[in-house]
Amino acid sequence: MISLFTAEGLAGLFFLFIVAVTISGGLIAINSIRLPRAISGLALCFVGLAGLYYYLNSPFVAVMEMLIYVGAVCVTIVFAIMLADPGDEERIGHQSAISAPVSFGVGALLFWGMAILGVNTMWPVAAAKINDGSVKAIGHSLLTTYSMVFELISVVLLLAIIGSLVLARAGRDKS
Amino acid sequence: MMFIPEPLRLLAFVVGIIAFIALNAAYLVWLERKVAGHIQRRIGPKEVGPFGLLQPLADGLKLMSKQLLVPKGVDPYLFKVAPLLVLVPAVMSFVTIPFSENLVARNIDIGLLVIFAFASVNVMGLLLGGWGSANKYAVISAARCVSQNVAYEIPMLITVITMIMVTHTMNLNEIVMQQDGSLLNWYIFRLSASPLMPVAFLIFFTCSLAETNRAPFDLGEAESELIAGYHTEYSGMGFGVFFMGEYANIIIGCSLATILFLGGWQCPLGLYPGWWWFLAKVYLLIFCVMWIRWTYPRTTLWGLLNLSWKYLIPISLVNLLLTGAMIKLWPLLKTFLMGAS
Repeated sequence: MISLFTAEGLAGLFFLFIVAVTISGGLIAINSIRLPRAISGLALCFVGLAGLYYYLNSPFVAVMEMLIYVGAVCVTIVFAIMLADPGDEERIGHQSAISAPVSFGVGALLFWGMAILGVNTMWPVAAAKINDGSVKAIGHSLLTTYSMVFELISVVLLLAIIGSLVLARAGRDKS
Repeated sequence: MMFIPEPLRLLAFVVGIIAFIALNAAYLVWLERKVAGHIQRRIGPKEVGPFGLLQPLADGLKLMSKQLLVPKGVDPYLFKVAPLLVLVPAVMSFVTIPFSENLVARNIDIGLLVIFAFASVNVMGLLLGGWGSANKYAVISAARCVSQNVAYEIPMLITVITMIMVTHTMNLNEIVMQQDGSLLNWYIFRLSASPLMPVAFLIFFTCSLAETNRAPFDLGEAESELIAGYHTEYSGMGFGVFFMGEYANIIIGCSLATILFLGGWQCPLGLYPGWWWFLAKVYLLIFCVMWIRWTYPRTTLWGLLNLSWKYLIPISLVNLLLTGAMIKLWPLLKTFLMGAS
């Protein structure tokens, strides 16, 4: 039994807290009928994930999670929904009797596979310190090992921008 | 030096930061009213206490004793959470801001990124507040705030990237350390890094005005057409928390401008650096923010978006390229000049 008032005890408490935040965020996201609440749940889930990354000694990834997912993705989704304004509708479509067990089974299968993968893989040892300049390491690998992936992702983003410009342009007349 | 356990030290810092934000929000409102008064040839608040100095106290008491109304038809949870989503990220951002060499809650390598990460949550708060209110003025205001924030985040981040290229670090304390010595070492005057450095400062300052929805970019709360914008439906302290969040964000914007360009806690003459210099510079910038608010009329939405997309973004991109070129060329030029003399 680890005492609560040691470094390990506090860290464990912190870990449990973040896990609770992540899971409750996810539950809110899938269970709420109102879309804005679902997105708030999603944002909460992302904050929890960022906390997990911080707990795993990768503050850079944690900050990026906040910046990109909470600050950009969630805001974009809220904005899109706000423009569409779906209102407070009840659940659309009916659920069949087997959908719940099937989705539960798929989820369990995925969890099982992930767990086996996580336990059996030889993970490289994480850097011990927070201020070890992990930003530098990430920059190096982005511009050397993963430069091809990096470029491809930017092409995808470029396509998205051009596509949205085309869509926005289509509805505009020349007045 | 006395040893204090890390969690306790952080707790003390967070309590201090919250006190700092609350005190500043209260007295910046007083200052804003005084500045506005004098600019318009009035006196401003003068009844409560000497020079109206107790006015914030009276305002606070009034706000706290008012009922928190939750209008019919709003989403009650989102409506209550939204003001917190504006204030809490602001408190979190303060954690990495160095007030002086040792007066910083958490001196981490990616301090600059942390501030931008938490600042981006602020928009979420405005959006949910505006939308959760179920009020058409609030929704319009929220939509305006987001388009404005997205438009101005781009030149701001490009300028910040330029600064990171020059400083080689995102650690705010180290950035300040690099500017020690005298006034000429501040990054705003570091023309050897990029001849456009003062312009970069102006771009950064303009963008932080727009990001915090301050005049002349306060389209989100244009009183003449949108009542009060996203906080139209909020009463009492709900409104008060939104206000505190806004002032906290102004302080953060001015602190960042001070740290990146004006040498943070360094003295202009290189003597006695410390938190007093930092605060002096920050309050000077905040005074400029107020000065601008009461001098310029509100822009139109077109003017606002045009300024960002047609002027600020191209100029900041040019600055980025120029800085990259200077990083490569300046050492060569220097050796050439040394060899000639």
